[in-house]
Amino acid sequence: MAFNYDDYLRVEKMPTLWCWGCGDGVILKATIRAIKKMGWNMDDVCVISGIGCSGRFSSYIDCNTIHTTHGRTVAYATGVKLVNPDKHVIVVAGDGDGLAIGGNHTIHGCRRNIDLNFILINNFIYGLTNSQTSPTTPQGMWTVSQKNGNIDPTFDACALAIGAGASFVARESMLDPKKLEKVLVKGFEHKGFSFFDIMSNCHINLGRKNKMLSAMDNLKWIDSITMPLKKWEALSKEEQLNVFPTGVLRQVEQDEYCDMYAKIIAAAQGKGPKITQDDFAKKI
Amino acid sequence: MREVISTGNELAAKAAVEAGARFFAGYPITPSSEVMHESSDLLPEVGGTCIQMEDEIAGISAALGASMTGVKSFTATSGPGISLKAEQIGLGFIAEIPLVIINVMRGGPSTGLPTRVSQADIGQAQYPTHGDYASITLCAGSLTECYTQTVRGFNLAETYMTPVFVLLDETIGHMHGKADLPDLEEIEASIVNRATFDGPIADYRPYDVPMNKPAVLNPMFKGYRFHVTGLHHGPTGFPTEDAQQCEFNIERLTGKINTVALENDGLDDLPDYEEYMLDDAEVCLIAYGSIGLGAYEAVQKLRAEGIKAGLFRPIMIWPSPAKKLQEIGARFKDKIFVTELNMGQYSREIERVIKRDDFTTLLKANGRPIAPAEMVAKVKEML
Repeated sequence: MAFNYDDYLRVEKMPTLWCWGCGDGVILKATIRAIKKMGWNMDDVCVISGIGCSGRFSSYIDCNTIHTTHGRTVAYATGVKLVNPDKHVIVVAGDGDGLAIGGNHTIHGCRRNIDLNFILINNFIYGLTNSQTSPTTPQGMWTVSQKNGNIDPTFDACALAIGAGASFVARESMLDPKKLEKVLVKGFEHKGFSFFDIMSNCHINLGRKNKMLSAMDNLKWIDSITMPLKKWEALSKEEQLNVFPTGVLRQVEQDEYCDMYAKIIAAAQGKGPKITQDDFAKKI
Repeated sequence: MREVISTGNELAAKAAVEAGARFFAGYPITPSSEVMHESSDLLPEVGGTCIQMEDEIAGISAALGASMTGVKSFTATSGPGISLKAEQIGLGFIAEIPLVIINVMRGGPSTGLPTRVSQADIGQAQYPTHGDYASITLCAGSLTECYTQTVRGFNLAETYMTPVFVLLDETIGHMHGKADLPDLEEIEASIVNRATFDGPIADYRPYDVPMNKPAVLNPMFKGYRFHVTGLHHGPTGFPTEDAQQCEFNIERLTGKINTVALENDGLDDLPDYEEYMLDDAEVCLIAYGSIGLGAYEAVQKLRAEGIKAGLFRPIMIWPSPAKKLQEIGARFKDKIFVTELNMGQYSREIERVIKRDDFTTLLKANGRPIAPAEMVAKVKEML
């Protein structure tokens, strides 16, 4: 039976504001399918987005939705989750949103390992504001703010998330929606901060000025710079520099922040012991 | 009545919890940090949450996020922190999210005088962020008021669906002493919770409210799904650029506070100011916050010298108690003496309201308080 997306969408908001061929819609569909797989009631789901094309994600999905300011999604989501630890919170942000203006919140969300699902839609450019350099824009590419070529080193979003302590880190692209859906489900199932670096196209504001004139050209380029983790590991160090590994890059069991805070409440109410260094495997 | 020995900052935290707040998020900053310290003790005791976030912006963002879901929330900071929080405060205004922001004022601008007193955020409290809106700002003038005005802040935030500033200053925030607090039962009886819509889910339109009325935001996760955005939005909460709608939004956001305060002579039934020995006075001192404490003594000293002085001490700073200020302007003419710890931020409001500028001011912006003797000398010079 065909999947009925209408059950999960605010159909009266269609068509979306996204350009034809934009990957955001594919990611929205995969997210919806993953929610369905999880069996979540949409009344129990909160989707929080920031500013940029990805910011509109929250308008289209029919649940409790918050469209925040630029970069602050994880901070708003932290408040939402802490007072509703049994609800499902999905954060959607772009590469500018999550890695530039909101980088600090991304770092600390990962570090706290609070049970948020952070979908970074990484299209390598500021799309909505017309082609400025983002933290993931490859070096040497044309942007409207660096017309002689971007000299800023490129951010590896997953390396950041792993370094900051997220307990689930995965990378996929929108090229294979089935795979994307599967990895989203894995992350949604995971308790702790789940970080998804989802590579997507922006043929309009990245592609056209960088020899990728169509959506297909842009997608082929994404395909050329991504490779499943196992294959990637077999590459030489030099070859690895130009390819991003995909799949689940990290998944570990780690104390989740809301669970830890429940212990604080128990201790304060005399229903549990105070937390000491002995409660943690890592002492320093 | 409860007798409590405490500090202004700790009393503000106590008030928040007793007013029903269950979430605090903030970032350390002098001289407000003790609000967070106390909250980290008090909130978990009642099942609430206190989190120290990674920066000032995250502090208010998390607090707004929690409040959006229906939980009474607050944050505390000082001037530089308000500057950092400014954009999120704007989201609070346009999306109509109740929040109490405690600002323990210190010297500025910039890092300024972190450990010293000022009242230089009066203007910032009126217009903390870009765009058009109306701010509600209360100013505590005693230890007791650090408590009572914080409770009031929550009630106003929930009534008018908006961020509310509670201004303390370094002196009053760190002052340690006895405060008489209303009994807990009295506080609990006064508590206001935001209005909710209980009709059919299909009929729920959170921002479909008449002119000068606040939005009706239901708690999240209860079936009434809605959309919150910092963009201009229509009755259902979804973004719009419709000119008529945007005009209506701004008129409603400002009107629900400014127009309502003018029409009802205030936003609630509580006093917006205090008068001290004003009945037979021939000279009117105007002071607020910790400077008000010195002004009581100045009035007594002037009276001892045969000068009939009285004090007008505003508590509701924004919107200002305009009707009363006009009365004072008409009655005391040029025998008005305003003293504050800034370069005249509230004096300018008085000038705007009473439409005269021939009153005397004693202003200080060097991080030091104003001694009663200085006020007495200046008043005598004025006469």
